[in-house]
Amino acid sequence: MEHSDQPYKYAQHHSEAEGKKTRRMVWNMFWVLLAITSIEVGLGLIWQDWGIPFHLVKMTFIVMTLVKAYFIVAYYMHLKHEKSFLKNSIIIPYVLLALYLIYMVITEGTYTTFMEYLW
Amino acid sequence: MSHTEVVDSKEAWGGGTSPFAAGYGKLMMWFFLMSDALSFTGFLAAYGFFRHNYATIWPTAENVFTHFPFMHGHQPLIYVALMTFILIMSSVTMVLAVEAGQRMDKGAVIKWMFWTIIGGLIFVGSQAWEWYHFIHGTELGAFELGIGTVEINGVVEQTQGIIGRWADESKQVLLLPWRETAGDLTSPYITLTGDALKEALANGQAVYGANMTHNEYGHPLFADFFFFITGFHGTHVFSGVVLNFIIFVNVLMGTYEKRGHYEMVEKVGLYWHFVDLVWVFVFTFFYLI
Repeated sequence: MEHSDQPYKYAQHHSEAEGKKTRRMVWNMFWVLLAITSIEVGLGLIWQDWGIPFHLVKMTFIVMTLVKAYFIVAYYMHLKHEKSFLKNSIIIPYVLLALYLIYMVITEGTYTTFMEYLW
Repeated sequence: MSHTEVVDSKEAWGGGTSPFAAGYGKLMMWFFLMSDALSFTGFLAAYGFFRHNYATIWPTAENVFTHFPFMHGHQPLIYVALMTFILIMSSVTMVLAVEAGQRMDKGAVIKWMFWTIIGGLIFVGSQAWEWYHFIHGTELGAFELGIGTVEINGVVEQTQGIIGRWADESKQVLLLPWRETAGDLTSPYITLTGDALKEALANGQAVYGANMTHNEYGHPLFADFFFFITGFHGTHVFSGVVLNFIIFVNVLMGTYEKRGHYEMVEKVGLYWHFVDLVWVFVFTFFYLI
């Protein structure tokens, strides 16, 4: 695969001490993710009995999910510690196109109402 | 390769070094994952749109996925919560495998990749189990109304395609899923009994389980989206397990030990975390909301 005789320089290596730090971070993140998921499931089971309004529950779920997604991408996928050039070329196109997709669904989605009259 | 032109890394990127400070394979994995994330964004946005559009008659996952293996009774959301935990756990073992690879610790890479593959297999199996129960349906089944009308709070509504659930095994009372306010699942259902029920039974059909056109739990679109989104995600999990297995065999054979780095483990690791990431969203939008 390598066209050069020089050793491959982009592979990441680290020492035992750094590894220890990384492992601690991994397990800390695990407890955070587990805690958020448990709260989500708990909320999903009790919100009707406690009479919490649905739109509030919905927004809480979405915010918690985005927080979880941030932790997974930033720490487990290591994007937080990549070069900003790499970070930006992943995040900026994704966010722009995702917002555009959602905008399209919301505006063009009115079409389904016409479909119902046809049916 | 026939062409063996040697590219000096000093000349690559116009003489500088890569502005990404990442290998080609890893970079392309990131770009692939970004485009794949957009596919899932599209699916979930479409799901969200229809879920909102049919808010009053949309089934809720906690009334659909109520089974737990080897247990009887009503266990809403518990099994899918366990599946989520298993996938998060396999993400943890994957990141530990990547970390071990960066220390060139072959034994630890083998151990953690092994557990990642096991976690992935349990997850795929659980999904198959859930599909089975969803397709199979309940013993009681449901009733799909035919052409007709029903009066709700003084408004006459069309009944065609509406799925009603039986109140109990005697099948004397049919519950129609209209709610007073969208999303408020606590508001009462509309009931059909006596002559109105007889009339409805005459021009509808009994439905058991779910497929692409009928769904005993509610709107057929719910089943379509369920099969499509969890199916597409399940395919990703399955191919992730296959990729992990191939890399696992390479690790066992010492391929990366000879190469001097375990970047391949990092690349499949990215893919595996992505699978977990998508599940975080599917879990929220499909099962919780």
